Amino acid sequence: MFTKIIRQPIWREIIIVAGLALLLATVIPQLLYAIGQGFRVGLLGRFMALGIAALGIDLIWGYTGMLSLGHGIFFALGGYAFAMFLLLQLPAGKLPEFFSLNGVTELPWFWQPFASLPFTLLAVILIPSLVAAIVGYFVFRNRIRGVYFSILTQAALIVFYNLFNSQQKWINGTNGLKTDSAMFFGKVVSSIEVQWLFYLCSLFGLVGAYGICRWLTNGRFGRLLMAIRDDEPRVRFSGYDPTGFKVFVLAVSAALAGIAGALFTVQSGIITPNAMDISFSIEMIIWVAVGGRGTLVGAIIGALLVNFGKSILSEQFPAFWLFFQGAMFLVVVAAVPDGLVGWLRRTGQEIQQRGKSRSATFPQVDLDENLQSEKIHPSGK
Amino acid sequence: MLSGLITSLFGGISVGSVLLIAALGLAIVFGLMGVINMAHGELMMIGAYTTFLVQNVCKGTPLADLYIFPAIIAAFLVAGLLGFFLERTVVRHLYGRPLETLLATWGVSLILQQFVRSVSWQFIIGIGIFGSLYYAGNRLLANGKAAKFDWKKLLLTTIASIASLVICNVLGDMFKLAITQPWFGAQNVDVTAPSWLLGGLPIGDDQLPATRIFIMVLTAGCVAGVYWFLNKSMWGLRIRAVTQNREMSACLGISTDRVDALTFALGSGLAGIAGVAVSLLGSVGPNTGTNYIIDTFMVVVVGGVGKLVGSIVAALVLGTTSYLIGSDSFAPLLGWAPPLANFFTFFSNSSMAKVMVFAGIFVFLQARPAGLFPQKGRTVDN
Repeated sequence: MFTKIIRQPIWREIIIVAGLALLLATVIPQLLYAIGQGFRVGLLGRFMALGIAALGIDLIWGYTGMLSLGHGIFFALGGYAFAMFLLLQLPAGKLPEFFSLNGVTELPWFWQPFASLPFTLLAVILIPSLVAAIVGYFVFRNRIRGVYFSILTQAALIVFYNLFNSQQKWINGTNGLKTDSAMFFGKVVSSIEVQWLFYLCSLFGLVGAYGICRWLTNGRFGRLLMAIRDDEPRVRFSGYDPTGFKVFVLAVSAALAGIAGALFTVQSGIITPNAMDISFSIEMIIWVAVGGRGTLVGAIIGALLVNFGKSILSEQFPAFWLFFQGAMFLVVVAAVPDGLVGWLRRTGQEIQQRGKSRSATFPQVDLDENLQSEKIHPSGK
Repeated sequence: MLSGLITSLFGGISVGSVLLIAALGLAIVFGLMGVINMAHGELMMIGAYTTFLVQNVCKGTPLADLYIFPAIIAAFLVAGLLGFFLERTVVRHLYGRPLETLLATWGVSLILQQFVRSVSWQFIIGIGIFGSLYYAGNRLLANGKAAKFDWKKLLLTTIASIASLVICNVLGDMFKLAITQPWFGAQNVDVTAPSWLLGGLPIGDDQLPATRIFIMVLTAGCVAGVYWFLNKSMWGLRIRAVTQNREMSACLGISTDRVDALTFALGSGLAGIAGVAVSLLGSVGPNTGTNYIIDTFMVVVVGGVGKLVGSIVAALVLGTTSYLIGSDSFAPLLGWAPPLANFFTFFSNSSMAKVMVFAGIFVFLQARPAGLFPQKGRTVDN
């Protein structure tokens, strides 16, 4: 028997997303300038870039149940790739400044392709996903998962951190690559026009990433990801090999982190190995956890909320941010495991359901909106 | 040649024994209980700060030269009590949800790091006032019933925190630096080894530092103690029983709740002792623990979860390998193959050695995903 699946009208969501994007591209920056908080526009751009990384985390943690503590690797790889491109925008024959300090007179071979923009854009996406795919394949092939996966990703993070940190000669080691004063199509990167361009890029990147994640998590593939999250052995017994799917979704997530890293780097003006700090990668998790794992909107909201909270709180009480962050981990895990969006949704459903009779099935059919949205079409025989 | 060999072997074993003493507590908490404790490094850090405090207390007394022994006991007790508290308040609610435990204990580790940075008498008084206000208010609200989360409680928390903040600020203005001075501050503090640990054992041209020998002895003592406790004592028997089959142990009248708390406290206490060892190696700062956490987890993963002997072997192997690579001991042996020698020279500092060792661990786990000494069983891997 064939059944036809009807999806919820997609146009409503498209209109909402487009409207929000338009608002962020026009009104909100003007508004912030008007109230004398112009520097927050730059912050907003950066945090939207981080939102892209949060979407990637949500894809693998919220939907597939793999907690990666090593996304800083992919973030930094993307950031370094784009920073290398920017540093190479020099008159012919000249080398980036730090090379001469380290006694390098010829451009190393792995720097050379980054002089071209198309290659760099590809590299920002492909290098992180390739690294993720290789690491993921060797981890998942052995059915290493759960906390072991988390620990191994963290170990990989240390490996990359040490690698980048100690290569003073080739990539300027601890000091990282400074993109602030580099040129981008004849303009200084830190100039207001270029920064505005990158703001818009972050915005469109975020919208695009949302679209891709929405498409991936909807339908059969997304259902399979959730099945892997909820009971992986059962997925395997049903005849699927989860390895390929997990590798693929990890690679996608790494690509998103790479894009985020590139966009964040050009807006903050520098990329250093500190992007592969252990705590930064775990911070990415808390964005998603606060916003609501397993909901794409939640990841974005969480990234914006936590980062703005961080910038405001650490301006006011620098000593208390870590206390606050620590408490946030505890509270989110213990009290609101679904995050903000999940909590709002649940409260809304409870209000809706008040007074109605409940079905005794589990999971309750009438509470599960995924089932609601896929009612079998009567004429689809 | 011989003395060179002995020095490098000794160096390797001493790095390995630091790893082992740091990983021993984790081998119990993670290996036996299956609980991911990301705050393990911070418990070590607390142990190191306890050593610093004990050292300062003992200064000028006849104990000044022997402070290290009371420090070991104090560090074990402080870290153990903290671990006990942590288990009762946080970890206990998250059993069976390892990823959540990981995140929550990471939160705890952030709080502990900031705590040692900003702890002062003012801070302690503030926490005391907040705690007592909250406790008293809770009693009033609950009226003997078990209270669950509601808005009253949120209000109570707000009132208690505002009141304690106000009182703290008033006190701070009254007594100024006497109570607002942080105990440790954000800077690193130094523990000076007792005078009898300053020398070394001369071997050939080199000498083996006495602190390293002390750490090796301490590690051996801890391992022996843990083995005795787990295999010969009543509580050790209960711990092993609960590890093997929780339901059956509960049915036979073992209070699994208490066993969990005790096991966690024991692991934390061992982290405290590791902190004493770490404090002898260099200055101690709020971030000291973070440097160890991954290394120790790798030790347990490579050793195989559930077997202490795995962690011991893994710690010694990992420590020796990373020391030998880091000190460039392979290159001279590989004079016949210059590319290979160059390859090893490229990795010859401690951070690059870590790169190579961790890469090696990835390869090793391809061959033995469950570690050196895997647990045998026929369950679906859950």
